[in-house]
Amino acid sequence: MDALLKLLKKNARESDATLAKELNTTTEDIRARIATYEQEGVIRAFQAILNEDRLDTTDVRAVIELRIRPEREGGFDRVASRISKFPQVESMFLMSGAYDLLLFVKGGSLQELANFVSGRLAPLDGVLSTATHFMLKTYKDQGVLMESEPHDDRLQVCP
Amino acid sequence: MTTVSKSARDFIAPHVRGLPKSGIRDFFDIVAGRKDVLSLGIGEPDFKTPWHIREKAIASLERGATRYTSNLGTPELRQALAAYMRQSFHAEYDWKSEILVTVGVSEAFDIAIRAILSPGDEVLYHEPCFVAYAPLIRMAHGVPVAVETFRKDEFRLTVEELEKKVTPKTRVLMINFPNNPTGATLDKKDTESLADFVIRHDLILISDEVYSELTYEGGRHSMASIPRLRDRLIFLNGFSKAWSMTGFRLGYVCAPAPLTDAMMKIHQYCMMCASSTSQIAGLEALQNGEADIAEMRESYNLRRNFIVSSLNGMGLDCFMPRGAFYVFPSIQSTGLTSQEFALRLLNECNVACVPGTAFGTCGAGFLRCAYATGMDQLKEAMDRLSAFIKSL
Repeated sequence: MDALLKLLKKNARESDATLAKELNTTTEDIRARIATYEQEGVIRAFQAILNEDRLDTTDVRAVIELRIRPEREGGFDRVASRISKFPQVESMFLMSGAYDLLLFVKGGSLQELANFVSGRLAPLDGVLSTATHFMLKTYKDQGVLMESEPHDDRLQVCP
Repeated sequence: MTTVSKSARDFIAPHVRGLPKSGIRDFFDIVAGRKDVLSLGIGEPDFKTPWHIREKAIASLERGATRYTSNLGTPELRQALAAYMRQSFHAEYDWKSEILVTVGVSEAFDIAIRAILSPGDEVLYHEPCFVAYAPLIRMAHGVPVAVETFRKDEFRLTVEELEKKVTPKTRVLMINFPNNPTGATLDKKDTESLADFVIRHDLILISDEVYSELTYEGGRHSMASIPRLRDRLIFLNGFSKAWSMTGFRLGYVCAPAPLTDAMMKIHQYCMMCASSTSQIAGLEALQNGEADIAEMRESYNLRRNFIVSSLNGMGLDCFMPRGAFYVFPSIQSTGLTSQEFALRLLNECNVACVPGTAFGTCGAGFLRCAYATGMDQLKEAMDRLSAFIKSL
């Protein structure tokens, strides 16, 4: 992976000037490369990674394993595409193994998510079965620990 | 007859009484206790020890693997070290008789120098350098002879300077590249000419290569890769810098069997063996830790680029070091001494850097900045440093 992408994955808010210094190049070059990645659809968005457990919210999150029936022409893609458009679906992946799609979903309450699964998802044409697991606590998300290890505990000056 | 009883101080051996305290220690005392200090004075990695290494150590404690090991170190670790030496440096060492696991590289240097020096023997070492070499030579009743390295040579050690200091009493050449505090490295030409110098004057070479995994460009050129040096090389290395394992205190020495045996005698009486937990952690690092090094090296490399560019941008001349995690900018353009600069920077901007003079008199006019610290702190430190320079 391009070193620029690695740095942005780590900290998308890093300034162009700092990125340029780290990569021994100019800010213009950094801006141009980011623009190209956006145009090519490699960079899809810049977002913050939150510890949602610390937010004062009643949101409920769940993982849903979905079995679907592939279609003769479109395979899994058409059904998957329809499902992915629901705003409750935050992430979605086609999987190998016992089920086909893995969904990460979020709703304002348990009831809302239950309604979504039973009222919207399960009745969809092509959906064979669903298995919903509610998330209780986040330890790590997208490579980021939710509880950091103790801060810098080194001596302030050492040889 | 009346006797005057001695004070506690009188019992201290003269050669220890005469040892200066480390300049780093002096500076540490000034910084200690201050809050909100951004420190570029820390000579250890900021990364936590990779989790799989810590996990292995924890598991070993759980199953009670807390006994003495062989004096030389566990067979498994020595075998892994022999493989590492072969793979990294094309150097063959017999794990049974030529590799000794120590409590950090400092112990390795101590027992090496004690094993070979007789009182009055001279040891050539280069400055600026790590603070422990000259005192350890003195404690072994040797005579440390400093050889200067210069900014114009990017702090490489040159044979020209060595020839000025070598005498019939010289027994040892001690080198440390990649270097703390300058970040200097040696290229192939340098290692070859140093090897020739050592052979020409019939010396023993002690090479501390603890930063060798942190080489960013130009390739790694180890003294262990030079076959004609084999019978007169004591090679030192450790786990602290490569795998961010400073507190594990784990190092090793590779040397011809008679020398290893001599060092082992000292090691077995003063240390017995390195910590068993640390040895287990070290084995895990060697067996499964290649990716850790690559990741940390990449991160240091980016910070190195950032800090060198920032320092030169604010008018502090700084060469691009190729190894370790230090830069050694010149502050001569400011008209301040290293000590004044470091103290004012600390007092006025709360940024700690170590004066170059802590690493030898020829460090005058320079500052050691360690970039083994997070990018956010580095950026803030560079902002404050830049404001400080403008205020002068």
